[in-house]
Amino acid sequence: MHVTLTINDTKHHLELDPRVTLLDAIRHHAGLTGTKKGCDHGQCGACTVMVNGRRINSCLSLAVMHDGDAITTIEGLGTPEALSPLQAAFIETDGFQCGYCTPGQICSATAMLEEIRAGWPSHVSETLDGPALPTEAEIAERMSGNLCRCSAYPNIIAAIRLAAAEREDAA
Amino acid sequence: MRAFDYIRAGSCKDALAEAETPGTAFIAGGTNLLDLMKHEVMTPARLVDISRLDLRGITLTDAGLRIGAMVSNSDLAADPLVRRHWPLLSRALLAGASGQLRNKATTGGNLLQRTRCYYFYDTAMQCNKREPGSGCAAIGGFNRIHAILGASDACIATHPSDMAVALRALSAEVELLAAGGGRRQVPLAAFYRLPGDTPHVETVLEPGEMIAAVLLPPAEGGRQIYRKVRDRASYAFALVSVAACLRMETGRIAAAALAFGGLAHMPWRSAELEGALIGEAPSPALFDHAADLLLAEAKGQGDNDFKIPLARRTLAAVLAEATAEEGARA
Ligand SMILES: Cc1cc2nc3c(=O)[nH]c(=O)nc-3n(C[C@H](O)[C@H](O)[C@H](O)COP(=O)(O)OP(=O)(O)OC[C@H]3O[C@@H](n4cnc5c(N)ncnc54)[C@H](O)[C@@H]3O)c2cc1C
Ligand code: SF4
Ligand code: FES
Ligand code: FES
Repeated sequence: MHVTLTINDTKHHLELDPRVTLLDAIRHHAGLTGTKKGCDHGQCGACTVMVNGRRINSCLSLAVMHDGDAITTIEGLGTPEALSPLQAAFIETDGFQCGYCTPGQICSATAMLEEIRAGWPSHVSETLDGPALPTEAEIAERMSGNLCRCSAYPNIIAAIRLAAAEREDAA
Repeated sequence: MRAFDYIRAGSCKDALAEAETPGTAFIAGGTNLLDLMKHEVMTPARLVDISRLDLRGITLTDAGLRIGAMVSNSDLAADPLVRRHWPLLSRALLAGASGQLRNKATTGGNLLQRTRCYYFYDTAMQCNKREPGSGCAAIGGFNRIHAILGASDACIATHPSDMAVALRALSAEVELLAAGGGRRQVPLAAFYRLPGDTPHVETVLEPGEMIAAVLLPPAEGGRQIYRKVRDRASYAFALVSVAACLRMETGRIAAAALAFGGLAHMPWRSAELEGALIGEAPSPALFDHAADLLLAEAKGQGDNDFKIPLARRTLAAVLAEATAEEGARA
């Protein structure tokens, strides 16, 4: 089937079997291998990308269902020359060991900070009325869909807190 | 994954017409169906994509709240009306899955997600739900997550949804559409079925019928609590969960609706238990009596025996919190 995906502002016209997941379309058909496959079953978060601004597990979605959608992957967030604030923060705090989960962590965290900004509550929020704050407990809960086999969690949380604080200062 | 034809529905009418062909399944968020299709536990020949249908509204009506079947779990949990008047529903949704999954998961798909029974997922094993008549490998096998209430000799699976437990306590109804324009409304209480000897038939949904919306009656005052007990603090299914809506009047329980997750093939409610609470002053003895009524028929399967005392303790904790005096609340 013919599918058009806008990935990181570039249109990709792809001819795909309906079985191809969004993850495989991004990696194998569009050739963007930054997004990783860990479990392929929605359990690890390595495949997290943003679709129309929202984070999802690209392994549990069909590419044909995203015809016309705008997708952002790790390659679209920043470049080695111009890192996104979260990318820079992960380097600053040493937020990874092997790095396999990192693209998913950073895509997830990028969208997660927007969810906090929009005032979405979480399971650990004391009240549902907000304001939502990027505390350690809130970040841990909101990032629970991203597993790290190296267990770099303390520094991942530190990176996200750093990026959140920098944004506060800039605002 | 087996090959299938993909059809994107442009309207509810189209979707229902397409679903008349045998072997067709609707796909909404896909977070459960695609997982099962990858394991070849579900093998539809045709997928009708309903994710772009105009069923995304959350609207307040005289009859209560109408939640479109395509509303995502994230949007529903964050909705200002839901947060304010049905906090139990927000809490149950936020206790489930992960941020990424909730962005995709829909209201209709969440209700129809299948059990997490390990043998259901493993096509090499006997499972009456997956393959009627083949047997049940969970009975006498590993059954830590399985049912203690309402199970049968054919199947001891539990329903995994957190949202459905909250909706059951809130007395929600489900609006169903059929090809040819049929529309009916079914209370959630009558929507799910116990396994009996047909565990593969999980709801009263007819082939080709679609969930269009979930309807909530107006919120009653009082406290709403969702308590979920699981193996880790986040991103895990419930072993036991309790959804409570409870109202006190002059030191006595005036209204109580309690639904339980992790115990049965569907969200569980006991009229007897609720009846025993009404008009009473809260006390540990009363909570214990309530648990006796809930668990009178409970039967462990070995690995899940712990759920019986766990349900008792979780119920007592929720009742204590829900009936505590304002100042005494932790
Ligand atoms: C790792 C992981 C952890 C999870 N943890 C939790 C948890 O803790 N708690 C919890 O409650 N859930 C949990 N879930 C399950 C998740 O909530 C469900 O997968 C999700 O709600 C399903 O919604 P969907 O829209 O993606 O459904 P789909 O996968 O699209 O569909 C599910 C089923 O419903 C049918 N269907 C969908 N919409 C309709 C409709 N409108 N009318 C008729 N039929 C329809 C489909 O044909 C299919 O059979 C978890 C899932 C994963 C992968
Ligand atoms: S408990 Fe039900 S779902 Fe699990 S193996 Fe037995 S029949 Fe299948
Ligand atoms: S690869 Fe998608 S969640 Fe693990
Ligand atoms: S850094 Fe190795 S998996 Fe996270």
